[in-house]
Order: sequence, then structure tokens, then C-alpha cells
Amino acid sequence: MAAPRIMTPSTIEIVPTADDRRIARLATAAIVLTVAEAAIPLPLPGVKPGLANIVILIVLMRWGWRDAVWVALLRVFAGSLLLGQLFAPGFFLSLSGSLVSLATLGLAMHLPRRWFGPVSLSILAAFAHIGGQLMLARLWLVPHDGVFYLVPVFAAAATIFGLINGLVASKLLARLTPRSA
Amino acid sequence: MKARLAEWIALLRPGDYVMLLGAVVVCVLSALALWRGGAPDKAVVRAGGKVFAEVPLSRAQVVEVPGPLGVTRIEIEPGRARVASDPGPRQYCVRQGWLKRSGAVAICAPNQVSLSLNGGSADYDSLNY
Repeated sequence: MAAPRIMTPSTIEIVPTADDRRIARLATAAIVLTVAEAAIPLPLPGVKPGLANIVILIVLMRWGWRDAVWVALLRVFAGSLLLGQLFAPGFFLSLSGSLVSLATLGLAMHLPRRWFGPVSLSILAAFAHIGGQLMLARLWLVPHDGVFYLVPVFAAAATIFGLINGLVASKLLARLTPRSA
Repeated sequence: MKARLAEWIALLRPGDYVMLLGAVVVCVLSALALWRGGAPDKAVVRAGGKVFAEVPLSRAQVVEVPGPLGVTRIEIEPGRARVASDPGPRQYCVRQGWLKRSGAVAICAPNQVSLSLNGGSADYDSLNY
């Protein structure tokens, strides 16, 4: 006798909204960049281009802070899951960096758009990112002021990658919205 | 190439330049503040193996240390210190001149006097010349 072809229908029906689909799509882009970035050899742990931040910036500028939070946190969780880093120290560093960065972006997005473009937001976010990571590292992983010895290196990386990511984000934003944003 | 560059620069808004400048300033300042390693803040003078005086390197002064051969004069100036005169026969510690880095040591062995600079984050356990 053949097994029944149809399972009992699930009592819980999750219908993804258009919002959910959009956030999932954008988070995928951010996760892909995270995984791709992990393959780039880097001289120092902690110095990373942070390519996923390009996606976060675009989401923030086009769809607002709430979506940016969703995409950023989904990226942290799913990205570290894919890299086998979930709940490893690197994951918590990434999470704290993201949270501080999102808080900063939440404030910085109210800067006058006429004067401050995505590059400003990107630089602020990059600095907030290293700030959050260093804070957690100092409190938990390396309870010694020695961690601050590397601050200048991290700050230089944040400046350079913040600028580049911001430029890429503003270029993509200009393409996404033909009307001047 | 030039047009490409101009295209990117056009994406920068006035405030972005300010932000960028601020970021560079933070980089430079943090490097200056945190990588000033080896700047000593006090001189430790020992006589006969015991600490004779600990002097901050903030103002100029002269410390006179008695030893078995006579008096060794140690001169302190802001940020540096030296053995100005010593009764020892070979004058090695005097000829070392000014000590400026944390961890640097001048030893006047015959008179059993030593001068070392401490504080800051020493690059070395001790420096010899």
C-alpha cells in the first residue's frame, strides 16, 4: 500500500509579507558579502573591509533604520552561522560592533542630507563598529589596556574602508534612485 | 581615468569632507597618544643596591648621591636624566650622556650608583650603551 502522499497540513501558516521578502533579499546580499570577505586574507584580525556595510547603508538610506537593523542582525547571525563562528568570540565582537554601529547610524541619519551623504554615515558607522568591538574586547576578551595599542590601526582602517564603502554605497544609491535622493 | 575620479569625488558632500578630515585627525591623534611608548616619567636612583631616590622627570633638578668613592651628581631635566659627574675611574656612566627612553640605565659601578628611567610603556627591560 502506498504511503499517503499528502502530510497533515500544518496548523501554522507563515505568510511572508513583501517587507519580509525584501529584507530577506537584502540580508542575503549582505551575507554573501560577509562570506566573500572572509576569504580575503588580512594582516590583522579585526581589520576588514566590512563590505556588508555597503548593503546596510543602502537599506538605511532607502528603507529606513528598522530595515537596516533587521538586515544587519540577520547578517551577523546567518553570516557567522555559515562561517562556523556562531557564538564564538568573533561572533560577539561582530554583534557588538553591529549594535553600536546601528545605534550610531540611527542618530547620524538625522544629519542634514544636503551636507552629509552616505560617506559620512559610512565613516561614522565604521568608527562605531571598531568602538563597539574594542569595548567588548576590553571588557571581556582581553581585560587589559593593551588592546588599545591597536586603536590607530583600526582607526586608519575605519577611515579608509569607511570612505570606500560610503562611495560605493552612494554610487549604488544614485543608480537605484534615478531621481536625486 | 580623470573623469572616473571626478565622478567619484562628485559623490562627496561638503560635510563628508569634514567627516573625513575628522576621521584622519582621530587616526593621527590616537597614534600620537597611544604610540608614545618609551616616554619615561620618573628616574630611579639607586645607591649600594637600595633605592636612594625616585624623581619625577617633570622639572629640572640635581640629585647628589653619596657612595664609597664620593658623591655622584645626577642631573634631571624634563623628560631626560644623566649622570653629570662621578668619582669613578672610567666615567662610563657619565659618558653615556642623557638617558631619554624608558628602561634606559646608567650604572656607575665603582661608586655603586645607578640611574634608570621608568614609566610609560618600556620598549625594553633595560637599555645599555
